[in-house]
Amino acid sequence: MAILTKSYPIKARDYLKAGEISMGVHGLLKKIGFATELIRRVSICAYEAEMNVVMHGGDGVMTIEIGEDYVNITIKDSGPGIEDVSLAMKEGFSTASEEARQMGFGAGMGLPNIKKNSDSLDVISAKGKGTEVRIGFVA
Amino acid sequence: MKLSEIVHHLDLKIEPSPMGMDREVLGGYCGDLLSDVMANARKGYLWLTVQSHQNIVAVAVLKDLAAIILVNGRIPEEETIKKAEAEGIPLLVSARSAYEVAGILHGLGVGGEGN
Ligand SMILES: Nc1ncnc2c1ncn2[C@@H]1O[C@H](COP(=O)(O)OP(=O)(O)OP(=O)(O)O)[C@@H](O)[C@H]1O
Ligand SMILES: [Mg+2]
Repeated sequence: MAILTKSYPIKARDYLKAGEISMGVHGLLKKIGFATELIRRVSICAYEAEMNVVMHGGDGVMTIEIGEDYVNITIKDSGPGIEDVSLAMKEGFSTASEEARQMGFGAGMGLPNIKKNSDSLDVISAKGKGTEVRIGFVA
Repeated sequence: MKLSEIVHHLDLKIEPSPMGMDREVLGGYCGDLLSDVMANARKGYLWLTVQSHQNIVAVAVLKDLAAIILVNGRIPEEETIKKAEAEGIPLLVSARSAYEVAGILHGLGVGGEGN
């Protein structure tokens, strides 16, 4: 059963605010007193998912659900969606714009980083249908 | 080695007001791709980069890095300095390249692996 559920709106293309939601999640987990290793894993995943909404998606929302022995984060956006999810999961694959690449985004490592640092990952998306990313952690 | 000693040895310019100078530096990582740094930098590391925009601060906070060193004399954007100050991330500038800074750090015994 969830002890705490919290939602944060994410704005697409808002590079100025980008990262603030992940920092908020990071601070929240620290305050609750989770182990540093779990905080590290959740922070990496929250950041990569948040940046993907900012860079590729449409306006969306991140919801974090904290239980006694688990953390789930769900990121939903109303953007263009992902045509081929298994291709998007491949390290090095990126459709980032030239502008985003100059800022150091677009290595095609975000989704692989999420995969490596989570206990479960589901990417539910289709072209024109938006994207939902569900990430689970066992505490 | 403490961050203050590294600042002294490398003659680094401190951008926001000095903070975190007593922190023990555990290593370093060079990278200009943010997801690469998210994947490979470790807690207590220095991060050497040419990226000077405000999004580097979130990476440093989330990875619990000891400091960001902007290399090649990169001047941080105003927003980056403000964010670094607010989040307590030391933002340092070196006129040297990442290669040179990393070489000097290795010479001082600040390696890049294991902690
Ligand atoms: N929320 C999203 N909406 C639409 N497309 C997405 C979304 N998230 C990911 N993608 C697609 O999946 C690709 C791979 O994502 P991934 O996070 O692995 O790499 P990247 O964001 O391109 O680069 P990096 O994360 O290394 O900065 C993206 O380039 C994009 O095409
Ligand atoms: Mg990404």
